[in-house]
Amino acid sequence: MSTSYLFPAAPELLLILSGLVLLLVGSFKDHAAGARLVSTLALVTLAVAFFATIIVTPGAAIYAFREHFVLDAFAGFMKGVVFLGALGTLLIAQPYLRQEKLERFEYALLVLFSTAGMGLLLSANSFLALYVALELMTLPLYVMAAFKRDTFKSTEAGLKYFVLGALASGMLLYGISLVYGFTGTISFTALQDIYAAGDVRLPIGALVGLVFIAAGLAFKLGAVPFHMWTPDVYEGAPTAVTAFFAAAPKIAAMGLTVRVFAEPFGAFVADWQQIVIAVAVGSMALGAFGAIGQTNIKRLMAYSGIGHVGYALVGLAAGTERGVYGVLVYMTLYLFMTVGTFAVILTLRRRGQELERVQDFAGLSKEQPLLALAAAIFMFSLAGIPPLAGFFGKLYVFLAAVDAGLIALAVFGVLMSVVGAYYYLRIVKLMYFDAPPEPFDKTIEPELQAVLVVTTAVTALFIVFPGPILGTAQVAASALFP
Amino acid sequence: MSDWPLLSLVIFLPLVGVLFILAIRNEDEEVVAQNAKAVALWTSSITFLLSLLIWFQFDPNQAGFQLVEKAPWLPGFDINYHVGVDGISLWFVLLSTLLTVVVILGSWHSVTTRVKEYMISFLVMETLMVGVFCALDVVLFYIFFEGILIPMFLIIGIWGGPNRIYAAFKFFLYTLVGSVLFLVAIIYMYLVAGTTDIPTLMRTEFTAEAQWWLFLALFASFAVKVPMWPFHTWLPDAHVEAPTAGSVLLAGVLLKLGGYGFLRFSLPMLPIASAEFAPFIYALSVIAVVYTSLVALMQDDMKKLIAYSSVAHMGIVTIGVFTFNEQGIQGGILQMLSHGIVSGALFLCVGVIYDRIHSREIRRYGGLAERMPIYATVFMLFMLASVGLPGTSGFVGEVLVIVGVFQVNAWVAALAATGMILGACYMLWLYRRVVFGPLVREDLLSIKDMRRHEAVAFAPLIILVIVMGVYPNFFLEPMAASVDALLLQLEPVTTLAAD
Repeated sequence: MSTSYLFPAAPELLLILSGLVLLLVGSFKDHAAGARLVSTLALVTLAVAFFATIIVTPGAAIYAFREHFVLDAFAGFMKGVVFLGALGTLLIAQPYLRQEKLERFEYALLVLFSTAGMGLLLSANSFLALYVALELMTLPLYVMAAFKRDTFKSTEAGLKYFVLGALASGMLLYGISLVYGFTGTISFTALQDIYAAGDVRLPIGALVGLVFIAAGLAFKLGAVPFHMWTPDVYEGAPTAVTAFFAAAPKIAAMGLTVRVFAEPFGAFVADWQQIVIAVAVGSMALGAFGAIGQTNIKRLMAYSGIGHVGYALVGLAAGTERGVYGVLVYMTLYLFMTVGTFAVILTLRRRGQELERVQDFAGLSKEQPLLALAAAIFMFSLAGIPPLAGFFGKLYVFLAAVDAGLIALAVFGVLMSVVGAYYYLRIVKLMYFDAPPEPFDKTIEPELQAVLVVTTAVTALFIVFPGPILGTAQVAASALFP
Repeated sequence: MSDWPLLSLVIFLPLVGVLFILAIRNEDEEVVAQNAKAVALWTSSITFLLSLLIWFQFDPNQAGFQLVEKAPWLPGFDINYHVGVDGISLWFVLLSTLLTVVVILGSWHSVTTRVKEYMISFLVMETLMVGVFCALDVVLFYIFFEGILIPMFLIIGIWGGPNRIYAAFKFFLYTLVGSVLFLVAIIYMYLVAGTTDIPTLMRTEFTAEAQWWLFLALFASFAVKVPMWPFHTWLPDAHVEAPTAGSVLLAGVLLKLGGYGFLRFSLPMLPIASAEFAPFIYALSVIAVVYTSLVALMQDDMKKLIAYSSVAHMGIVTIGVFTFNEQGIQGGILQMLSHGIVSGALFLCVGVIYDRIHSREIRRYGGLAERMPIYATVFMLFMLASVGLPGTSGFVGEVLVIVGVFQVNAWVAALAATGMILGACYMLWLYRRVVFGPLVREDLLSIKDMRRHEAVAFAPLIILVIVMGVYPNFFLEPMAASVDALLLQLEPVTTLAAD
């Protein structure tokens, strides 16, 4: 029997297999040392998976597992971004786990399994594969949220995430059943073929199903009006886990959302465009205004994340190749900015205690000028101020929106970005204009240093070398619009 | 020699200086400060000399863009790194590079905290300022245009006065609101024309309705920058709280971005809408000239007074730009250059005594002429230039604008002229209260006259003010070809209006 049909799924299989092996290794090894070994091997696995993705990604789409699995340039690109995010956040989690005495080998395994789920999710070509992969992605996330299990907040976060996540999965599943019932298929390719023929209208029942699916996806994205869990979960989860939440699953969910809207329902842009516009408008506004009053930096980043999902959805709302291109560029740059910001948050410590209040950024520039500079670059970039990377993300999504005639949406978006700029500037103000009440801890762990250097470099120098990201994103976007 | 990427060199050389300053490491703060200052001065001086080279290579008889450099930048979108200068932008490039040297000299002794970051901020500003005037791609222009907010925000916020945080936020958010609408306009223009190339966009004809909306979006951005009444309220706050050097660049260069934007984008790309909105611009400008002059009369704070006078002077500029005739536009440009030098110098003058007494209140001073004769003379020259005394730079610009606007609307000309009279009132009164009168304050008895580095900073400005006043053709001739080309583009609209 030939095993070549496994080839397109090589990165995910690698992640799952190494997860299983490392589970054994961890069980038989001594506590802290075992955790360290497993983490290192998991990091290596993620890196290998990243390069494997680059190697296996083909020019034209490859189908596998009876067309439940597809590997095209779009899936390849998003997987690369997600694996990088998982790698970066697992790396910056290491010093945190050491300092918080959370060195348990399960952490790295959970990341591996969840990441494997993300990979499969991005390659899902049927609603069944989608659902299974989504559950594989999210189940480890619930455990991770409650990883600091002897604290009240962390367990609360885990439980809250689980209950609400289960509700969202239920809605998604209900939507899928409606779509199946009214169209008779769960395959993305089949759906696309049925409706590509002419101006066939989507059956009303399937349309209701689409709305439920959109609600489930909005929950996973943390988009308005299904965003309520994000601030609580972000705040309650251990900071390293929050970093992971903000980076990898969010981007994977965005990739999935784009595929679901663009491929099986690609012929019905008019039907789903209003939903996406409404979600985008709500997310941008809530992200901008909600963050202003926050005093906890993790909650603030949760609202910031809601806002950024809103901007990315502006690109999707366009419903064009240009729009998807914008989403891809936006999410890629968002990854680097967010991971960098969390690396800064994880670095901030005073007498060994982690700092979570926004106020704690005060006077950072006097104590650690380079760290403050990196943080300022991330803040200005998140605010979308040129010449930093965040600006280009916004440029491309708004370009797509105006191109699709959604000028009012673009105007609303840019105005919300001004509101959002206020709270990013507030952090810059704290770092640069205020005096530190007490000295910070001086050491920056090597893992954090490495991630900070890379993310700062990408954020600041994207303007000089935009080619690699833009070029591959363009190829990836065109894969959805043959 | 002409193969050199001269413009890029001038744009990015200051960043090389930044790298050098970043590399300075020493335990002793004093050593770091001295080295940072030296590097900044050298870098900005060399940049200025190189920018003079641009001027030598510039051919004043050609109307188009010169010393053009073009390189592909954002793939698939025809957005390029494209820079060049014409007769209009040339002068603003020189103004930016000159004023950077001046402010670095001017803050030699006044900046004592975080000198390294201070010098870095100003060098980054220089790159962005020169870049914005050289950019021939709208996206590139926008990046420089909005990027300036970052260093300026930090300059006001870190080295500013007591209320600096409020001022920094107001400055940043106010200008950001305007510029994001400009971004949407850029995107729309790109989608219609298929390019972001400025020379191509100038030849693109947008429909009258599109022009109307685009003009409003551009207006939101440029009117805040100029600033035009009633969008000027950020300016007094920013000026009062900013350190002297920040105020000089704010008044000297940043305000010019608004006027330059109108000349570079609104007029040539949106001629129909520009003609339609001209009366509206006149109205706002006239209000700015008269109202802010009156407000300036009542100020107790020297910097606030000069800030309001800036709004009034920039009102003259916007009137000139929207006359659509040669005298008006040339006058507007000259007025911008003159204001850049004069108001910059006036802020430096305030800075000189602020460094000694640490107060900007007019009442705290009086009788400085006795103790500081050189300072009194320098201050007088710039005060008179601000008033528009014949023989100084201020006169030529204002007269040209008034001559220009008289052909269009005599009432506007008459009202604009009252601005000159009111200008004389507030400036002469300010001068009398600060420099003349009895010397009553005890701490003023021991005040010292200008130091050498301060005098050196003023020297080029003094020369320029007089040259511009006595022989304005020196500046007008190189810009003539470019202004004529602009007028040629506006001709269909202007002849239509005349009929």
